Amino acid sequence: MENYHELLKQDVRFEEGLNACMNCGVCTAICPAAEFYDYDPRKIVDLVQSGDNAEIEKLLKSETIWYCGECMSCKTRCPRGNTPALVIMALRTLSQKLGFFTESEKGRQQFAIKRTVGENIFKYGYCVAAYAVSPELHPEQGPVWKYVIENSHEVFERLGGKIDEYGAGPLRKIPEDAKEELKKIFEVTGGMEMFDMIEEHSKKKAAEMGLQIDDEGIDNEYFIEVYTANNGKHTT
Amino acid sequence: MVNEGKKRVWSEYQKEIADDHFFYVRSCIRQSFYPGSEQFFLNFLRNDLGKDVYENPSHTTCTGIGYHGDIVPFSTTQTVVARHFALMKESGYKNIAISCVTSFGIYTEILETWKHFPAELEKTREYLFKATGREFDIPENMAHTSDIIYKFRNEITAKIKYPLINRLTGKPLKVVEHIGCHYAKMFPKHGVGGAEFPRVLSGMAEAWGGEVVDYPERRHCCGFGFRQYLVQANRGYSLSNTVKKFESMKPYEPDLVLTNCPGCNMFMDKWQYTAKEMEGMTFGSNGQSIPVLTYEELAGLVLGYNPWDLGLQYHMVQSEPLLRKMGIEVDSGDKYRTRDGRQMPIPKNLINA
Repeated sequence: MENYHELLKQDVRFEEGLNACMNCGVCTAICPAAEFYDYDPRKIVDLVQSGDNAEIEKLLKSETIWYCGECMSCKTRCPRGNTPALVIMALRTLSQKLGFFTESEKGRQQFAIKRTVGENIFKYGYCVAAYAVSPELHPEQGPVWKYVIENSHEVFERLGGKIDEYGAGPLRKIPEDAKEELKKIFEVTGGMEMFDMIEEHSKKKAAEMGLQIDDEGIDNEYFIEVYTANNGKHTT
Repeated sequence: MVNEGKKRVWSEYQKEIADDHFFYVRSCIRQSFYPGSEQFFLNFLRNDLGKDVYENPSHTTCTGIGYHGDIVPFSTTQTVVARHFALMKESGYKNIAISCVTSFGIYTEILETWKHFPAELEKTREYLFKATGREFDIPENMAHTSDIIYKFRNEITAKIKYPLINRLTGKPLKVVEHIGCHYAKMFPKHGVGGAEFPRVLSGMAEAWGGEVVDYPERRHCCGFGFRQYLVQANRGYSLSNTVKKFESMKPYEPDLVLTNCPGCNMFMDKWQYTAKEMEGMTFGSNGQSIPVLTYEELAGLVLGYNPWDLGLQYHMVQSEPLLRKMGIEVDSGDKYRTRDGRQMPIPKNLINA
């Protein structure tokens, strides 16, 4: 078994996020995730601080670390200057590096985020692009969004949008060389490696679960499973 | 003495906001959902105030949504942001204007990291050079675009056409302001008024005649929660947090919600629709829903811009009840027309329509 505490310490966010927790629980009191999920950031920080390797491994494989919404409200309130959400971010990164994330329903969702937001970055140059927010996957956007998508050229033109055009302006096309630079940055800094790891472990898990998965896109059984599955056991 | 003490406390929450020559960095969410807002910002600064605002066509995502969705490593995000700084340097600018609260949080986190962990800065310089051959400088001034509107709020007041006064009662309109968590909760000194006394939106609302509502869940998250919205199975978190906020503000009967962050705007608008569809819940007075406006949309309205050029018709909660209170004459025939005046279909089942 690897020493997880040592691995976490290599993440600058962990160094910044955890000085010394006195277990006051203010982070839990302010936490929006703790309102609705079976989630207590104080306990997580306390457990990580204890350095108990076996318990940290359980945590890395658990649903718990995926409940935080990263609003960072805990940072403002911690009297000791800790940031539980940064500890969570370090735990999530490590869980993915070690392939533990596929052990939990919430962890497996990383595949869905990679296949949507992650792919958007290389396709459109942005994490979110209007034309990638499909009304079918986002019914809560309501009839107005369906209308905007169906009439996108006319709607965006009136509001100054530059769909399919190069140059400056909102919703413009990103030049190919800029997208290439983005890719290069991902290759040099470990971003591509992270994407590859998410893919590799997700494919293994899909095989284990007997679900069909493709090399790209969202039209496959594994994507639909991880995007929609909710066992109803996450709330308090 | 007491006043002097208060002034001293307040002085800690001030920030310097550049006056001119801005390098504009675009938001993926604002441009997708509220392009009329960013056009107002650019046009107002350039044409009404005569300021220099530069957009570089090679600008891309900051990766913020991916970073907080935990699929993009911190080193990657730092280097992508460093590329933006390099574009800024190459274009001859030193003041960065950031149009998104998530991005603003990313930029502040990175600058603070570089201050406290200089090795991260050096590593980023090496990564960027290796990947792109570019070099960068750290901006001299960093502002969120709302900081800039805040700075020029009195210039807007001087030209105001429709103040935030209810024309029917003569009383100030009640404004709920929502700052967005990543604006100042992480690094209070980077926000106007910090995390304790956020002033960026309340300063605008009051300067334009409105009254700011203080309510119990004023600083609660809008509910986005990144992965808690990005993945369909988690959206109960997002909706529940938004409903918690709206239930808390409901007794105060706000006339509008004013937002800093385009993501918060989207959630506070669209989740009102969802709560109404699912549970029949409404949070405004007289069983109506509450219009949710960006600060650019509100600035445009008080200055007399055409609401349909600002894009208010593409919110789920329609703004006519607010426009009537402000005394704005609405040309409903112009609402769903193209730029060159052609009639478009009329969307159905919008709220407050």
